[in-house]
Amino acid sequence: MKYVDEFRDRDLAEGLASAIRREAQSSRRYNIMEFCGGHTHAIFRYGVQDLMPENVNYVHGPGCPVCVLPVGRIDNALELAEEHGVILCSYGDMLRVPASKRRSLLKAKAGGADVRMVYSIDDSLKIARANPDREVVFFGIGFETTTPPTAVAIRKAQAEGLGNFSVFCNHVLTPAAIQHILESPEVRDIGSVSIDAFLGPSHVSSIIGSQPYEFFAEEFQRPVVIAGFEPLDVMQAALMAIRQINENRCEVENQYTRVVTREGNLKAQELVANVFELRPSFEWRGLGLVPYSALRIKEAYAAFDAERRFAIMTKPARDAKSCECPFILRGVKKPTDCKLFGTVCTPDSPIGSCMVSSEGACAAYWTYGRFRPQSSPAEAAA
Amino acid sequence: MTSAVARFAARETALPLDGTVEMIHGSGGRATAELVRALFHRHFDNALLAQGNDQAAFDVQAGRMVMTTDAHVISPLFFPGGDIGSLAVHGTINDVAMAGARPLYLSAAFILEEGFPLADLERIVASMARASREAGVPIVTGDTKVVEKGKGDGVFITTAGLGIVPRGVHISGDRAAPGDAILVSGTLGDHGVAVLSKRENLTFETEILSDSAALHGLVADMIAAVPGIHCLRDPTRGGLAATLNEIAQQSRVGMRLAEAAIPFKPDVLAACELLGLDPLYIANEGKLIAICGKAHAERLLGVMREHPLGRDAAIVGEVAADPHAFVQMQTRFGGSRMVDWLAGDPLPRIC
Repeated sequence: MKYVDEFRDRDLAEGLASAIRREAQSSRRYNIMEFCGGHTHAIFRYGVQDLMPENVNYVHGPGCPVCVLPVGRIDNALELAEEHGVILCSYGDMLRVPASKRRSLLKAKAGGADVRMVYSIDDSLKIARANPDREVVFFGIGFETTTPPTAVAIRKAQAEGLGNFSVFCNHVLTPAAIQHILESPEVRDIGSVSIDAFLGPSHVSSIIGSQPYEFFAEEFQRPVVIAGFEPLDVMQAALMAIRQINENRCEVENQYTRVVTREGNLKAQELVANVFELRPSFEWRGLGLVPYSALRIKEAYAAFDAERRFAIMTKPARDAKSCECPFILRGVKKPTDCKLFGTVCTPDSPIGSCMVSSEGACAAYWTYGRFRPQSSPAEAAA
Repeated sequence: MTSAVARFAARETALPLDGTVEMIHGSGGRATAELVRALFHRHFDNALLAQGNDQAAFDVQAGRMVMTTDAHVISPLFFPGGDIGSLAVHGTINDVAMAGARPLYLSAAFILEEGFPLADLERIVASMARASREAGVPIVTGDTKVVEKGKGDGVFITTAGLGIVPRGVHISGDRAAPGDAILVSGTLGDHGVAVLSKRENLTFETEILSDSAALHGLVADMIAAVPGIHCLRDPTRGGLAATLNEIAQQSRVGMRLAEAAIPFKPDVLAACELLGLDPLYIANEGKLIAICGKAHAERLLGVMREHPLGRDAAIVGEVAADPHAFVQMQTRFGGSRMVDWLAGDPLPRIC
């Protein structure tokens, strides 16, 4: 097994599709929110929706780490690169994300700031070692998947006494975001969005395990199926969710058993707990302030915390007017409901964050799906 | 006396190739002349260049000519299966050949960065000379400039090419018509993955070599068999996706691809998977896309497969009437998707 195309098999897909058609009751709709941008990307890239019956609908969730980072934090990164003159190391996706006043790290780079794209945080450590006279800051973003490598790098830097290295920490937590969506008025009170089940994160769950979702399934009475990022995974997981819905079960099931266990990766969890602690509150683009939804670097590693070292203060910054990213990230609206979509906002000149990352719902719609007629979730539910 | 003159003359033939490029090599004085003679003339060696003028003069036959130019700024300069030198020759020959033309002559202009090792420069020039000899297309004129250290990236090479189009051949990106077949000459993405594998911050193990090659021989065979080919283009930067979108726009038609028919090497797919890249967007330097009337498609495919550079050729889709000029693809998985223009650089996904 090479794990390249085994989970993209057409015959298996057709088998799953006919099982879904058989089991999905024609009298009702099934709105299944896939949490992760990785799922969204797979659904569009492989054309999964084409194989699904009309009444089974994927609703795209907020699990795109690039998309949920608020403008204020990107402004902070720009401040580090431009005003503090650091070497700012970032994953590629972040470079084009619009900050306030339509600035971005890529534009800052063109203007002379030392912004470098890295493929892993290890490259930032190398840059710090090679430039002892410069401050090197790693722009740490991502969910639980990218957090353990950041923890390892901080510990390495401390062990080596790498005094010119620090991390601008923006790591966020998945369970807090899911809970926030379920508690949001649109979902809970108004009922304008019906989310019948969740496809739980795949890579994130390999770290945290399936156990943290048990609370939601129970408390909010919604099935959760942990799903891999391959197209067969998202189809099989949808089938499992449909069965739970039909049988009125609300359990955490694990479709992605080839990677995810109930407990997760204990070693990684321990590393994260050693280096990071919960922030009482953190702003998410689209979700607003979410309590206990992000991590900061512990006092013991304060020397490697760019926020402390450069006295970074995050000012609230507004998203572009009439950008619907906040609603799209909660599954309340579809990209095509946004006036900016495909007019002034395209992947070449993104206004909202959902248009930047290939995992963002808007970018996925635009890049892979704009040939098909669209309907909004509100119309679909009607 | 004679011996002193002989000694001075001998000094002029000594190769100044053990050091690095210096500003003086671009001064226009003796050092420039020595570099040109000892490096460029010696390797490129042909009668037109040997005239020693600032231009090459040659006779042409009456007919339709094509002219193209290409700038090369690749990093790293040396990569598995080629280097900036062979690439500069192949790239321009291919741009000439994609008009169905027979390439005649090339020019080469070098922008060298102060401090660049002359030994590396010689490797590049020797590689260009080899590529040009093998293709039978001489480099007949050139220029060299030197920029201060930090103002270049080692070597930049610009090549231009001239070619002549056979009578009756009219190949252009605006000629794709609904119903036409879309063919590719072989596996896609090899060049881009070979280059990525050697990027400083990304080194990974792969046996993939760049496909860099001159395609005019393949094109000549194709035209001989099917003179009425509508479009030819080499899918370089932006890969198959960008090239098909360009042609779709030019011809105001849509394209419908079958993913399962597109040839890829398993190693290329694996590397793209690892890096989160889509192989449809990865660059090629020795492949072409051909669009021709459906009735000629099988014949053209047969001819391509008989040529060593077209062994893995395949029919990958067809042209459709589409006011939006969308390129769409039936996925191997059984769904459909757009194959859009590339937005920005292909950035690896993080999650």
